[in-house]
Amino acid sequence: MRALTWHGKQDVRVDTVDDPQIINPRDAIIEVTSTAICGSDLHLYDAVIPGLKAGDILGHEFMGRVVEVGARSTLKVGQRVVVPFTISCGACFFCKAAQFSACDNSNPVETQEASETMFGHAVSGFFGYSHLTGGYSGGQSQYVRVPFSDVGPIVIPEGVEDEDVLFLSDILPTGWMAAENAQIRPGDTVAVWGCGPVGLFSVQSALLMGAGRVIAIDHYPRRLELARKLGAEVIDYRQSHVLEALMEMTGGIGPDAVIDAVGMESHGFAPDNLMDAAKQKVGIGADRAHALRMAMMAVRKGGRVSIPGVYGGLVDKFPLGTLMEKGLQLRTGQTNVQAYTKPLLARILAGEIDTTFLISHRLPLESAPEGYRNFRDKQNDWTKVILKPRWDATGSLAEVLSR
Amino acid sequence: MTPAKNLPLDDPTATGQGGDDAPGRTARRIAFGGFQLGGRTVTIDVEPDRILDLLTDVAGLNRILGPDVRVEPLGDDHYLWVLARDESEIRVETDLLVDHEAALCSWRSIAGADLNIEIRIDLRPAPAGRGCEVAAQVAYQPPWGLMGHLAAKLRGIDPALQGRKALKRLKMLLETGEIATAAHRRTA
Repeated sequence: MRALTWHGKQDVRVDTVDDPQIINPRDAIIEVTSTAICGSDLHLYDAVIPGLKAGDILGHEFMGRVVEVGARSTLKVGQRVVVPFTISCGACFFCKAAQFSACDNSNPVETQEASETMFGHAVSGFFGYSHLTGGYSGGQSQYVRVPFSDVGPIVIPEGVEDEDVLFLSDILPTGWMAAENAQIRPGDTVAVWGCGPVGLFSVQSALLMGAGRVIAIDHYPRRLELARKLGAEVIDYRQSHVLEALMEMTGGIGPDAVIDAVGMESHGFAPDNLMDAAKQKVGIGADRAHALRMAMMAVRKGGRVSIPGVYGGLVDKFPLGTLMEKGLQLRTGQTNVQAYTKPLLARILAGEIDTTFLISHRLPLESAPEGYRNFRDKQNDWTKVILKPRWDATGSLAEVLSR
Repeated sequence: MTPAKNLPLDDPTATGQGGDDAPGRTARRIAFGGFQLGGRTVTIDVEPDRILDLLTDVAGLNRILGPDVRVEPLGDDHYLWVLARDESEIRVETDLLVDHEAALCSWRSIAGADLNIEIRIDLRPAPAGRGCEVAAQVAYQPPWGLMGHLAAKLRGIDPALQGRKALKRLKMLLETGEIATAAHRRTA
């Protein structure tokens, strides 16, 4: 089959690799019909997430059709499914508590040791991600082996377009959980750093949960415009001093809750960010946490800090004093996707949530390397890239985009 | 066959348990009377009998031990443990003790075995209805003492590491019915 594989920093290729097989009884094989490039794929592309190996198949946002099932899978051949990026057994203490991203049993024993050393406990398995999370082959490919297929995939009714539901795999539940972690009360003001896909879905979710105002912060005009269309007020951090602006816009109180949807590759010309960037460059620091620091400074006393943005390692200059002295609450975590897929699918089918507004480009899988490059380097225009494994890939990128 | 003597797992003092309530094997000591101790506890959400049944079944045991370790029955509660990596192989004849009432089982090397070792599993109810806490402990006298222990750790074949991995596979198998793998295809 054809698959997008990682070979080093900013080096991804579409290679021919072996088709996957059923290995365990609860497995299923999915033929991928749509897959997407996620913002956290860019952390892998930039090699700032540790634990990738040359030849790894990337991709953790995908959906498709079931083509083969193991003896204990509850799926049926032919069903259309969206697959959560978190691999979860459904049987351990954490899965039973709906903390699916903390599953004890999905990260293989061989990779748990490194995860324990890094984080104190082994984290769950993810598709197409670091070997700290299992090193499972991902969904930017024609076929995927899906473990625990009786727990993760959600069956999609016929007649629903892929693009309406594809983001149930990650970014929609991630934005939703981010808003949930912000513990929004009716009328609250919520500030969201980052108008990438997760940030935009956080804006949408916060408003659905009753926020009175959402203020979105970024510097790309098109992304800010998308946030504005959802109902947010916006701050362009290249035009305005964000902390001062937020204080002014909230009557000197500060936002009730803040959401860091930026994560470990924060942009911005600030002293702390320049130091983080230098450390990241030479490999002595994993995370650039400027947006998080700023969010914690901005939030009101006693406010809530939600972190859906991905962080992978250690950071210094963390404003611990701010956390303590202002009495902040902080919630974060990889998304418990399986906990959200059913209710969010119901909202999509009821027309309450539109997930398609942020899609900017649709490409054949064969053009995935160009998709990565542009999604990274042209963030104003390339807001979300969908890859189609079945699409004809002949011709230039311009020809492909014009079809 | 006579069990080896002077193994420390029955003796809290020898395992370092002292002035606090921490398990003895977590004591800040390099060695325990010439033994190296290691272990891990996991919580498994099944009945204790199912755990003991799997551990005392050779096929089940071999399934969780991983590629470097295997067990062969010798009859009458005697078992041969084989640790093999690359060209080297260590073979240890052991006696199995199972005590359902005390909820424990242990394999103890016989006198004169190539390696003086005990592998012991203790079961106790987990709080809040979470199932069963399974504590695996390994005590062994490494050939060449501390240097031998460090060499085994560097090669990733020290018994404590192997035991920890086996325990995780046990949990996976009992809770999910399978052992997680990121493999893309079946091996021959």
